[in-house]
Amino acid sequence: MKLIVNGKSRTVNAHPMKRLLDVLREDCGLTGTKEGCGEGECGACTVLVDGLPVDSCLIPAAHAEGRRVVTIEGAAATKTGKALQNAFVVHGGAQCGICTPGMILAAAPLKTGASLDEIKTALAGNLCRCTGYPAIFRSVTSALKTKGGARAGRR
Amino acid sequence: MPVVAEALVLERPRSLKQALAMLGGDPGLTPIAGCTDVYVGLHFGTMSDRRFIDLWDLGELRGISVERDVLRIGALSTYSEIIASRIVQKRAPMLVAASREVGGAQIQNRGTLGGNVANASPAGDTLPVLAAANARIVLRNQRSARTVAFDSYYTGYRKSVRQPDELIVAIEIPRIDGVQWWRKVGTRRAQAISKIMIAGVRGRDVRVAFGSVAPTVVLATNAAAVLSRGGSIGDAQAALRHDISPIDDVRSTGEYRAKVAANLLAQFWKETA
Repeated sequence: MKLIVNGKSRTVNAHPMKRLLDVLREDCGLTGTKEGCGEGECGACTVLVDGLPVDSCLIPAAHAEGRRVVTIEGAAATKTGKALQNAFVVHGGAQCGICTPGMILAAAPLKTGASLDEIKTALAGNLCRCTGYPAIFRSVTSALKTKGGARAGRR
Repeated sequence: MPVVAEALVLERPRSLKQALAMLGGDPGLTPIAGCTDVYVGLHFGTMSDRRFIDLWDLGELRGISVERDVLRIGALSTYSEIIASRIVQKRAPMLVAASREVGGAQIQNRGTLGGNVANASPAGDTLPVLAAANARIVLRNQRSARTVAFDSYYTGYRKSVRQPDELIVAIEIPRIDGVQWWRKVGTRRAQAISKIMIAGVRGRDVRVAFGSVAPTVVLATNAAAVLSRGGSIGDAQAALRHDISPIDDVRSTGEYRAKVAANLLAQFWKETA
């Protein structure tokens, strides 16, 4: 089946019920997408399908056929994605790093200037076990600042 | 033990007509759409189904509209679509409130209202809303369609009147007369499965429904009758004991649920006064 991963068309030979997570990691070799819980609780495996964050551990390959999929490897292609990655580095938003790709992709559809409440709602489906939420919220807030991006929020 | 994909079968119809014909010829197929419960069951071995029919791409099952003063929500409408719908915000704000508390954004982007109904969990977040709203479930097989009142849709724990050859095509909600109220109690606002939910409508009639306090969602008819005729909240709380039968499980105890249900009933009545 064909899917568009990070802007590139790919043909994979995968069972239609294979989890999108496994298609990305095993068939596409994109291991930036992490498996946490495998039941849609933790959000570590979040990717974008047609621009919307989804848990790739819950999606059959069939549902990605002909769709645009963005993984952490392709996140930096957008201005917001790049700003988020920089901000996570600058503000210490990543500790062990397992939740980070999911956090960044869950935050990617947020608009510039999003409020803390909007950020918390967008990230409500993503768990961090290093108890790093304040640093994560700081990182996202900073990346979405209206002027200057991550730089303006540097401390 | 996770199930390997190769052990599974997925039929992929291109239209509703084709889907109904497939189900008519092979009622052993399990309909799936957003899949937010499917892989959980497969991964943890709680689901024995191995042969599925994929409805996700059937556009005929999408869309939210008002026809003859009835809100019609296509079965494949996702929680995100419901939250964003002006029509639902206006007509059924309690359904928007319930949808906001299902999982997180990732689940809301895939989980569907039809799936919540079909899955038939007593903890389904939207089900008390549909009960309180006097909703109807539209079912179709390859020969005909029928509409079932939500009150009589479930027949027991995870059992419904839907036949194996039928699909839920839409959920209908007539105009709701009165103030709507919704509350979910869980360990955490996002991602947590409910310990207890309540949806209430306070108009000329009172309708109150609870989730996670019985084998199916329940309409608290005894409690509502007391409130409708102007009885005290204490009497309504006493009557509520005859409406619900909460049990102890991994998420909570029966005693806690009974107490919180009574408190929620009082809060509903106070906040909609």
